[in-house]
Parts: sequence; C-alpha cells; structure tokens
Amino acid sequence: MSVEASPSPNAARSPVLWVGAALAAVVLWFALYWRLEDFSAWVAGKLHLPAGSHVEEAARFFVFDTPKVLMLLTLVVFAMGVVRSFFSPERTRALLAGRREGFGNVAAATLGVFTPFCSCSAVPLFVGFVSAGVPLGVTFSFLISAPMVNEVALGLLLALVGWKVALVYLVFGMTIAIVSGWIIGRLHLEGWLEEWVRNARAGEAVVVPDHLTVIDRIEAGLEAMRDIVGRVWLWIIVGIGVGAFIHGYAPTELLASIMGKGAWWSVPAVVAIGIPIYSNAAGIIPVVEALLSKGAALGTTLAFMMSVIALSFPEMVILRKVMTTRLIAVFVGVVAAGILAVGYLFNFLFS
Amino acid sequence: MKNVKVLGSGCKRCEATADLVRAEAKRLGIEIDLEKVTDYAAIAGYGIASTPGLVIDGKVVHAGGLPRAEDVATWLAA
Repeated sequence: MSVEASPSPNAARSPVLWVGAALAAVVLWFALYWRLEDFSAWVAGKLHLPAGSHVEEAARFFVFDTPKVLMLLTLVVFAMGVVRSFFSPERTRALLAGRREGFGNVAAATLGVFTPFCSCSAVPLFVGFVSAGVPLGVTFSFLISAPMVNEVALGLLLALVGWKVALVYLVFGMTIAIVSGWIIGRLHLEGWLEEWVRNARAGEAVVVPDHLTVIDRIEAGLEAMRDIVGRVWLWIIVGIGVGAFIHGYAPTELLASIMGKGAWWSVPAVVAIGIPIYSNAAGIIPVVEALLSKGAALGTTLAFMMSVIALSFPEMVILRKVMTTRLIAVFVGVVAAGILAVGYLFNFLFS
Repeated sequence: MKNVKVLGSGCKRCEATADLVRAEAKRLGIEIDLEKVTDYAAIAGYGIASTPGLVIDGKVVHAGGLPRAEDVATWLAA
C-alpha cells in the first residue's frame, strides 16, 4: 500500500517510547527470572511434604517448572512474533517459486522455521504454494519443517535441557525436512494430489506490501504473545503435570530399561505411539525433561518428541482435503523413517 | 457501493475479519457488498497463501491474520 497510515500526533505512538518500554520489559523479565528459583524454593518449602518422597519429588518438579516454562514461553513467543513480522507466507512463496529442488528444499526448510504457521492454515498454504509453481517436494520440505522445527520447542529445550540438545533438535529437524521433501520430490507424486489442487492456478502472486513500523513489529510480538500463550498455557500445565508424575513416580530402573539405550525396539515403539498423539510443542518439553532426567536415552526421547510434534492425526485429516490417502501415507512414512534414523543415530552417538 | 471479499474457509479469524469490515463500513457510512469466499481453489486464485485475505473492489489488500481497524478504514475509504 502506498497509503501511509496517517501520522498520529499522539506521543503514545512514539517509536522511541515503544522500543524503550519493550527493552525495559525484557530487563524486568530477566530480573524476575533470575530470582525465580528462590521463589519456587520458598513455595516448595511451604508445602511441608515429606522430604524425599514420591509426592515431594513430583510437587517440586511442578512448582519449579510451571513459572519457569510459562515465563520462557512468553519471552520466546514475543521475540518470535517480532522476528516473524519480517516473514509472511506470501513472501516465502515468492522466494521459493521456480526454485530447483535441492537448494529449494534447503531454503524451504529454513524458511519453515521462521514463517508463521499453524495446522489450521496448512491447506491454504499448501494450495497457495503448489498452485504458484513451488515444486511439490519443496512444498513438503516447508510443510514438514514448519511444525516440526518449532521455535517454542527450541527456546524451551535451550533453557530447560541445554544448548546441545536444542542444537541437535534444530539440525536434525531441518535435515529430516530437507531429505524427506527431496525424496518426495524425486518420487514425482504430483498425480497423487487431489485433482482440484492440480488444476488450481494461482492468480498473479500477490505480495501484500507492508509498511510496518517498529511499533507495528512490537505490537505483532505482543499479539503473538496474547494469542499463543492464551492458547497453549493449558497444554503446558498438563505437560508439566505428566512430567512431574514421571519425575516423582516412574521407577528409574524400569524407565531406563524401556527407553534406555539397550532397548533397540524402543525407538520404533515411541514413534508409533507418538505419531497419532497431538500435543502442542510447548507441552511436550517438560515431559522430555523428565524422561531424560530418569535415564531415557537422548535419541529415543527426541524421536518421541519429534513424532508427537511433527505428525498428528488431526493434521492428516486436514491434509486429506488436498492429497490422496496414498500421498499422506508416503508423507508419514518418509518422515517417520527420518525420525527413526535420528533416534538410532543419537542413541549410537551418545552411548 | 464497494465490493468486499473475505477469503478464508470459515476460521475464527475470518469471521472476526468480516465483522471488523462490517463495523468499520458502518462507522464510516460506506455501503458495502460483503462476500465470503471459502473455496480453497478460488482463494488460491487470488494469489494469497495465508488466510484470512481481504479483497476490495477486486484488489487484494491484505493476507494473513486479523487486519487492523485503522487499515481497514483506510482501504474502505480509498
């Protein structure tokens, strides 16, 4: 739009003020986060639970993790909301249209990390990409990476489990997206799309030009915060509850024997369990944290997490609108195989 | 009379966008003919990849997320 938003004489729209306020809020966040463990310890002390008991272990996990995860989520989501205001699906598509496979898959997987995505927008996005000449395999690289390499999961892993695991997750999530998309592209399965999708032709690709100011971007961050935190906080509480239960009650020897490195069958088993389950990425991280602390192998745990986040039954139902069941089966099969490979590789590398 | 099309398959945000357009048009006293486009192929035909999209008199002015009220007013008045 060449139409400028009318300049407001109001000082409340001063960019300096907004940036200053945002920075002050971030500083305040760090100050609070710094003291959070003391606060949680104080709350845990008030509970008067028998020291060393199962219930005390579980309660401590819950009391320490809940404020920590919610605070981290708020910051990560705000930061990503600001970053994402620089990327839109239309712009991503313009970057990908007509790309050769190979490089296109890499670009698509990378953009998938940053471009706003939710499974409710998967269909218009998929049709919008394919109809504008983005190759099918490249579209799939994007479609796999967008939900699987999730910035919320990445931020929480970084803070709760450590940077090594977070990096492993990022690198391997993207690798799976790139390779799976490339394979699907090589198989030339365009014929397995629904007919109307094959025939859909995009009108002249529109990139709605934005005239976003610094204030708009901060507002985008706040909007993302309101929207996402409002939507997922319950998932997180449930996830922490499950994590707390595992942490307090699951016998270490039993868990280690089931999900430990020794059990070769545990990787396919957790992937099979994880595929139909849908959980928000943020909800699964406390479970991952608890599993790792109880001696579950890294590869097995990551495989479980990725299959829960990347593949879900509701998403397949949504995708059925645009592709045949056969193509969905290939999609699930290729991604699941990639997750299995990552699981085994990590159990092997970190043994 | 302005022709306004809200592109999107009945998601919550699409409803909210339609409501916002109606409210802004009423406030500004602009007569509009509001139409919802829910067919995915038709939506793709407008060249957008994220919904809700907004088309005013045949021109795509917005795609993805709830538009801002001030922007809607500017588009309607243009």
